[in-house]
Amino acid sequence: MDINTKKLKKNAFRVTKVRGYTASRIRVPGGHLDVKFLPKIQEIADKFGNGTIHITSRQGFEIPGIPFEKMPEVNLALQSLIEGLEINQDAMNEGYPAAGTRNITACIGNKVCPFACYQTTAFAKRIEKAVFPHDLHFKVALTGCPNDCAKVRMHDFGIMGMTLPQLDPSRCIDCKACVNACKKKSVGALKTENYRPVRNEEKCIGCGECVLNCPNMAWTRSEEKYYRLTLLGRTGKKNPRLGEDFIKWVDEDSIIKIILNTYKYVTAYIDPRAPGGKEHIGYIVDRTGFDEFKKWAMEGVNLPKAAEVTDRIYWSGIKY
Amino acid sequence: MGYVLTTKQANEIFAELSTQYRLFAPKTFGNEGRYSDTGCVRYGEVTCVEDITFDKKSEYSFKEAILPVMQTLFYFTEREVTEPKVDDKKTMIFLRSCDIHAVKRLDEMYYKNGPKDYYYSLLRDNVKFVLIGCEQSFENCFCVSMGTNTTDHYDFSFCKAHDTYEINLKNTEFISLFEKVNASVMEVKVPFVTENDVKVQIPDGLKAKVTSSTIWDEYDSRCIACGRCNFVCPTCTCFTMQDMYYTDNGKVGERRRVWASCMVDGFTDVAGGGSYRKNYGQRMRFKLLHKVYDFKQRNGFHMCIGCGRCDDVCPEYISFSNCINKLPEALKEVDQL
Repeated sequence: MDINTKKLKKNAFRVTKVRGYTASRIRVPGGHLDVKFLPKIQEIADKFGNGTIHITSRQGFEIPGIPFEKMPEVNLALQSLIEGLEINQDAMNEGYPAAGTRNITACIGNKVCPFACYQTTAFAKRIEKAVFPHDLHFKVALTGCPNDCAKVRMHDFGIMGMTLPQLDPSRCIDCKACVNACKKKSVGALKTENYRPVRNEEKCIGCGECVLNCPNMAWTRSEEKYYRLTLLGRTGKKNPRLGEDFIKWVDEDSIIKIILNTYKYVTAYIDPRAPGGKEHIGYIVDRTGFDEFKKWAMEGVNLPKAAEVTDRIYWSGIKY
Repeated sequence: MGYVLTTKQANEIFAELSTQYRLFAPKTFGNEGRYSDTGCVRYGEVTCVEDITFDKKSEYSFKEAILPVMQTLFYFTEREVTEPKVDDKKTMIFLRSCDIHAVKRLDEMYYKNGPKDYYYSLLRDNVKFVLIGCEQSFENCFCVSMGTNTTDHYDFSFCKAHDTYEINLKNTEFISLFEKVNASVMEVKVPFVTENDVKVQIPDGLKAKVTSSTIWDEYDSRCIACGRCNFVCPTCTCFTMQDMYYTDNGKVGERRRVWASCMVDGFTDVAGGGSYRKNYGQRMRFKLLHKVYDFKQRNGFHMCIGCGRCDDVCPEYISFSNCINKLPEALKEVDQL
């Protein structure tokens, strides 16, 4: 048996512990899909795999138990999924063109969740369109609000939805629902002064609890959608750590630009001898220094007025 | 007398009315819902017919046009007191049949319950009412049970019928308004709802003893005491006072009255630290019996108009109408005591 493992990994298959057998990974950007795609996944698992699927930790499907020789047929079968889920592709019927940049994950967002500040899947798909296919090992995750159910701080780029609350004082009846909710469920950025809530702008994390809890619509959401962008969290053996805040009150366009800029930065600075060509971005930044990264990342980025950028980030995390 | 208007004619009338009136109507606030990417239908000033949302029930009622959430009664300095200037323009409110019945409740409270309320009169005295007909009942409406589904107390009606607007004129003072735009004269019948999915039956023999029933207890844990039901209610009239001192000069300020809610903490706080109805179920009991029992004892008609806004807005899905329908069971329970 002669198999080019480098090629198959790039093709979103993997080398498994069972010799001669692989598994196929189906990416689902934003973690939401029409059920019409499920029969095809079932068919591939039944026909080429062992009749099971694994729901991956990155919100895709992994079909195990596929003999290596079936890969071309699996790729043919995957075509309708790749097209249906609008995955960028270089050549038809050859499966996924890359696997380095991982599936963009998202919590359910404001399709369903009352807390979410935006359509997480839609933004995830927008990022997927902008960055995929790419061989570099990038992990991007989106979450609707600072509850961070999607655990975005464990990713290279973590995107948290925010809203800039707007107060109409003429509708406020001083019931203190916002002040209490902010104190008990969030960061305590509100206090009452002269029968009205006053927002500590520095403290406010834009979670929208004030809006959700206001019984009289005195608080409403900003027309503009804002995000918190966290940087370079990671899991792994060496030094797992949580992503730190990079920009508060950032917009979608700037986030996409920063991610694309980071691809250029990593291409320039990645360890040429990194095993499998794979090195977490954070280790590269540890090497070049944050300032060099920031210089590359912010190239041509036009931030919204409200944006607050961290000067220099220091990460903590677990060291052995 | 009836008229049918094209959109163009209707907007000519709106332009004419706007010179004398501030027009309040249900409108859609596109991005102002509680949840992201949602809107909210509530009352606001309109300038053209397209501003009005006809096909949905407003989440908040018309009452804020004549009973503002916050009303400054006067400004005070060390020696003087001055009243705020009242808008020269009169007010015209577009509202449904049930809400016109609600006006009667507000009037009962502020005109007849003791001396006429001066601040209410300032805004209320010159209001004209424009009836919006109801082609069909909305979710949670129970106007038919409360007898508020029809009304004659309006100046004219204004109903959307496909791409025209139908007017039924009651107040002849407005005849020239319609004649001026050459509105086609036609017999117009205002649509009224004759049946709702939700029906309530307030027991005839309802008595105060029902307060000791256990039906209220489930609301101790279900209710979160947010007060949304009071704030959306077109017949809730309670307010509290705020004396606000300006921060730069603590000797001057203003006195305001602001809506209050019998469901929200602090409503019953009294001097000396007393506070009553701490259990949310008892607050529900107090509110419900006020709406469908003791208000009637005093005034001869129920306070609740059956608009169902309290049910629409409750984040805990507590239904006021459902609770009314538990009253017979509650009566039976207390009769056995």
